[in-house]
Amino acid sequence: MIEALFAPFVEFGFMRRALVGSLALAIAAPPLGVFLMLRRMSLTADVLSHGALPGVAVAFLIAGLSVPALWFGGLVAGLLVAVGAGALARVTGGREDATLAALYLLALGLGVALISMGGGAGDLKHILFGSVLGVDDAALLLMAGVATLTLVMLAIGWRPLVLECFDPAFAAATGAHGGFWHLVFMALVVLNMLSAFLALGTLMAVGLMMLPAIAARHWAAEIGGMVYAASAIAVFASVIGLLLSYHADLPSGPAIVLMAGLAWAVSVLFGPVDGLAQRVIRRRHLVG
Amino acid sequence: MFRPKAPNRPADATWQRAVLCYINTHGFFEPSRAFSRYHHAAWPFGLGRRLAVGRGCLGTFGMKPAALELADLTVCYGRRPAVHHISGRFAPGSLTAIVGPNGAGKSTLLRALAGLQKPESGRIAHEGKARIALLPQLAALDRAFPIACRDVVMQGLWPRIGAFRAVPAAEHARVDQALAAVGLAGLARRPVGSLSAGQLQRLLFARLLVQDAEILLLDEPFNAVDAKTAADLLRLIRQWHGEGRTVIAVLHDLDLVDREFPETLLLARDLIAWGPTTQALSPANRLKARQMAEGWVEEAEACERAA
Repeated sequence: MIEALFAPFVEFGFMRRALVGSLALAIAAPPLGVFLMLRRMSLTADVLSHGALPGVAVAFLIAGLSVPALWFGGLVAGLLVAVGAGALARVTGGREDATLAALYLLALGLGVALISMGGGAGDLKHILFGSVLGVDDAALLLMAGVATLTLVMLAIGWRPLVLECFDPAFAAATGAHGGFWHLVFMALVVLNMLSAFLALGTLMAVGLMMLPAIAARHWAAEIGGMVYAASAIAVFASVIGLLLSYHADLPSGPAIVLMAGLAWAVSVLFGPVDGLAQRVIRRRHLVG
Repeated sequence: MFRPKAPNRPADATWQRAVLCYINTHGFFEPSRAFSRYHHAAWPFGLGRRLAVGRGCLGTFGMKPAALELADLTVCYGRRPAVHHISGRFAPGSLTAIVGPNGAGKSTLLRALAGLQKPESGRIAHEGKARIALLPQLAALDRAFPIACRDVVMQGLWPRIGAFRAVPAAEHARVDQALAAVGLAGLARRPVGSLSAGQLQRLLFARLLVQDAEILLLDEPFNAVDAKTAADLLRLIRQWHGEGRTVIAVLHDLDLVDREFPETLLLARDLIAWGPTTQALSPANRLKARQMAEGWVEEAEACERAA
């Protein structure tokens, strides 16, 4: 039993890399997911993975199949879409999900047009949907670096972000620069998405950011607790998911996302905050 | 100046004590418990409180009464002015109600005063570096956000602790006192989502207490609030007025304005009247405000008044 848990990581270098890579993502991304969920922007991460496409395409047309170039191109396009949508919504007073939808559709259309011009769609698909078992040193360093940056920025921007989510007018009136911090936050989301989905694939990047965050709602009543719960669930899903993929011979990305999904299902059913089980098992109401 | 009120009812004793406790621990003055509880309540016309607050005023650290001056202020949404060429002055330590029909630009004026909305033309000037605190309308905040009451009150510490500094022990105590002062002492760890509208308004007043600002802007502070809560919050406003803070509140209840607010600014996009409440709210002025509100022009021309 113990051996089944540790042997894969001890024996195989590629499993160790996969573990380190997914743990980096598992610790840094879910807190961002919690904020996205609370801002009713749960689908943003998925949207951004499409929004990065024109940047990747342009980089491909200029530099060919060079991973750093593709990454940089995707980063620029993703930042333009995410930060642009946030800024535009704040300046014009519209809803951020609407500006985001407009910009990402524009980006996706542009991306598809560019790729068809270049004619290398097949290769690009492979790049956009990477595999966790193919993580190389550069990708590992990148993910760890982005995770570190994310945690540091979250620590500094925590109060302004919470203020901006809860009471934007108060944040603006007290000079908390909530709008600025929201744009920093969106930039962090883009960084995490891109560092993860070149190495791990879109599904796993988005899944590991959002599923634990959504599950965490059922484990804590305050945002601080939610963030800890989200990271814990993501770490659990990463480790168990990798073991499952090793022993059951499943692709690793889907295995990890399935484990995160399982954690979500358990949370919805049995979580102490608003779980379904609490509706079924009715306890007597309190005195006051 | 602050108007004497009828003697306290017994039901208010706890509340009263909490407020006094708050003032007390602020170092404003140090009444014995007997003083604050009995003598004070027994004196006619709330004289005790009046004295107490007066003395408190002297001991306030650095609470300089601050004025707020508007010079030909115009605030627009698109090209439509919501507040049109307004000039005047909120005197230091004044207690002013902003009154007007719906859509008269009351909230817009408040938002402009708080620095949330850029003036199209004209200027807002405050002397020195007065801190301004804003009580937003309840609808503006996300009540489902998972945050505890205590943490909301702590947001009032922002000017002192910013994004990253730790909360000093003394400030922790002030937060607890503010919660007690608005009657929410037992709810510190409750999530905001579990509060009623009245309790939430009390909570936001606690945040204002902690902010300790010279100028307070209140946007419809008594909306969706029951009589008891309104009376309690009103007492806090009176206390702020007594401490020499400049208080500006958007209100709809004209009887309340008449009773409690010495100054009134009557607004219907343009300034109708600004001055002592009885004069500002004269029948002629109120009729004028109503007519202005109904006179919405579909094809308005560019305003030629000099900016």
